[in-house]
Amino acid sequence: MEFKSFLIKYAEIGTKGKNRYLFEDALIKQIKRALKEVDGHFVITKESGRIYVDAEGEYDYDETLDALKRVFGIVWICPMVQFEDRDYENIKKQIVAYMDEVYPDKHLTFKVNARRGDKSYPHMSEEINRDMGEVILNAFPETKVDVHHPDVMLHIEVRKKVNVYSLMIPGAGGMPVGTNGKAMLLLSGGIDSPVAGWMIAKRGVKIDAVYFHAPPYTSERAKQKVVDLAKLVARYSGPIALHVVNFTDIQLYIYEKCPHEELTIIMRRYMMRIAEQIAMETGCIGLITGESIGQVASQTMQSLLCTNEVCTLPVYRPLIGFDKQEIVDISEKIDTYETSVLPYEDCCTIFVAKHPVTKPSLERIKRSERNLQEKIDEMVAEAIQTKETIWCD
Amino acid sequence: MEVYFDNSATTRVLDKVVAAMDQMMTENYGNPSARHIMGVRAENAVKQAASQVAKTLKVKEKEILFTSGGSESNNMALIGTALANKRAGKHIIASNIEHPSIYNTLGFLEEMGFEVTYLKVDAKGHVDLDQLRQAMRPDTILVSVMYVNNEVGAVEPVEEIGKIVHGVNPAAVFHVDAIQAYGKFQIRPKKQGIDLLSVSGHKLHGPKGIGFLYIDEHVKIRPIIYGGGQQRGMRSGTENVPGIVGMGVAAEEAYTGFEEKVGHLYALKDHMLERLSEVEGAYPNSYPGKESAPQVVSVSFSGVRSEVLLHALEDKGIYVSSGSACSSNHPDVSGTLKGIGVKQELLDSTLRFSFGRFNTIEEVDYCIETLKELLPVLRRYQRG
Repeated sequence: MEFKSFLIKYAEIGTKGKNRYLFEDALIKQIKRALKEVDGHFVITKESGRIYVDAEGEYDYDETLDALKRVFGIVWICPMVQFEDRDYENIKKQIVAYMDEVYPDKHLTFKVNARRGDKSYPHMSEEINRDMGEVILNAFPETKVDVHHPDVMLHIEVRKKVNVYSLMIPGAGGMPVGTNGKAMLLLSGGIDSPVAGWMIAKRGVKIDAVYFHAPPYTSERAKQKVVDLAKLVARYSGPIALHVVNFTDIQLYIYEKCPHEELTIIMRRYMMRIAEQIAMETGCIGLITGESIGQVASQTMQSLLCTNEVCTLPVYRPLIGFDKQEIVDISEKIDTYETSVLPYEDCCTIFVAKHPVTKPSLERIKRSERNLQEKIDEMVAEAIQTKETIWCD
Repeated sequence: MEVYFDNSATTRVLDKVVAAMDQMMTENYGNPSARHIMGVRAENAVKQAASQVAKTLKVKEKEILFTSGGSESNNMALIGTALANKRAGKHIIASNIEHPSIYNTLGFLEEMGFEVTYLKVDAKGHVDLDQLRQAMRPDTILVSVMYVNNEVGAVEPVEEIGKIVHGVNPAAVFHVDAIQAYGKFQIRPKKQGIDLLSVSGHKLHGPKGIGFLYIDEHVKIRPIIYGGGQQRGMRSGTENVPGIVGMGVAAEEAYTGFEEKVGHLYALKDHMLERLSEVEGAYPNSYPGKESAPQVVSVSFSGVRSEVLLHALEDKGIYVSSGSACSSNHPDVSGTLKGIGVKQELLDSTLRFSFGRFNTIEEVDYCIETLKELLPVLRRYQRG
């Protein structure tokens, strides 16, 4: 007895009325993408409101499950046993074998839930429930039936084949990527921004990213780290176009012309401006940042007011109310933590003042930015024009 | 212009070495333990390499044990000696500027119940010989000191240390980590009182993944890798024949026309040190002539972080290390620089320029000019 098939359950997208097929097709596409690297050949079918993933021949169960767990839009993954012989006595035999193998400890309560997909099958659902329950009770006297709160809900579906499942493994939730537009993630190389990207992708949003590179202050390895992070997020979100913007000249110009304690805020305002411009050029309809209120000086509410002010696109900040530890927990879960904590400097920290402003005034920041008038527009245009785009898949 | 000044991290392999290795991979690819002629050919190639290496040190072929490189040689020297001599005593002495492959192995031995005394060094990085005399005890089984320090190029008084070690306690074993010294100095273990000597292939235009440990035939040492009994049971595992052959050729090459080759390195170093006096705020930690190793120039630059200067030089095609490349993935500061008393504010401002056979005086000049151009710009932009 072996799991050869997975029933994919998706609650949220089932509620979307006439758009439903769009969501289902997006989900199937994402499942196919996730399974591309898995050992085995898979057939994915959509059948009366359900999606089945069938493994043909040899395949790697654990790898398949891991891949499916990364697909947004899946609520539950149910590994199924399938057999073709629909003979009533064979079903009984298979059910006993199933219970024996999947549940080594038989001190459990259960309920049988049969569904007759093929209405021509001679036994009615109720009859199957009753007979299979009896077979299990006879085979394993320690088990009990509980129709209200069973430990094990044993599903038996009689279609062209017979499907048996009882395990329900939680999926990633959310919505299939590709059902909700595209947004531009400001990816830094820290712990927060990959998590922010992951969270927005979870809502079905396609992601592109922008990284601000400041050689020689940030190294080739710091850039490689961001590429690696983008690839890790892409395991969930699908391919990410990562735009690498050379930010050194702008940063040095700000350093020369503006008060040092305002450096970070002004720098971030230019990052937002550049990100938004690239976003608009590439069809993104929102920006994503990993900001969380009060985490550092540049993320106080006053600072956020200042950085937000330069944008016209909505800025999505999914971590806004999260504590650091909560963010770390997610980054560990999605496997970006280890890469995020590699000790390469990012461009936000290289010139950071000892005492940066924590409550910047927008008026003063704007006044300081006037010192940049002479060259800044040209520099921004140059930075955008010379950006390097790396495909992260 | 592309200038590779990171030869203490690793070197370009000589074409001659590559050719010899290529042959061992595509033609003479037999297993030295095989009974047939293919095996005999491979075995002979290994013997020849051992002989090439042994000649450079004036030692016996059978005293050469091939390893996977410097770190394994150091591990084998320390762990192997400690295990073989633990009944005689559990005391070990080392300097406090050793490479991590010594330092961390000693940490492991401390966990195993051995006791380690660390010797201080003076401002030039030299071990304090009086402290060594005082530290020697009847139960001292092993003294380990590096020949040339990898970060600043300090040359330790190996022969004097050997005399002290064997004079005070004839049973103690003297190990020398010669990874930065082999190929740059005429090393005579028998004369210098060296019992164990670690060498790595890729620091002298040989391949990575190969090195050797010279083991004086009288030294008691235990293997740390067990298996099919290759290399007289001292290091099991099918021999890395191409690597060994490459090591042999690289060793022979390094000591053919030795004076001239090393003279070239000294000339590069002295020229660099001389011209550094033109660079504002540059404080060398290495010394001209025979006072320090021929291939290393360590310099602290005030008001610049080494990482930033390193990448700025990289941008101009000049490749160097900050501190020591082997440990530059760690944010913690170098033990050697602290050990020789480099000022706190310069610890994170130190670069290592290290030379090899292919470098030229013109490259040194280009490097100096580039430094003069970059430093004022970088010093304009500082943290805080």
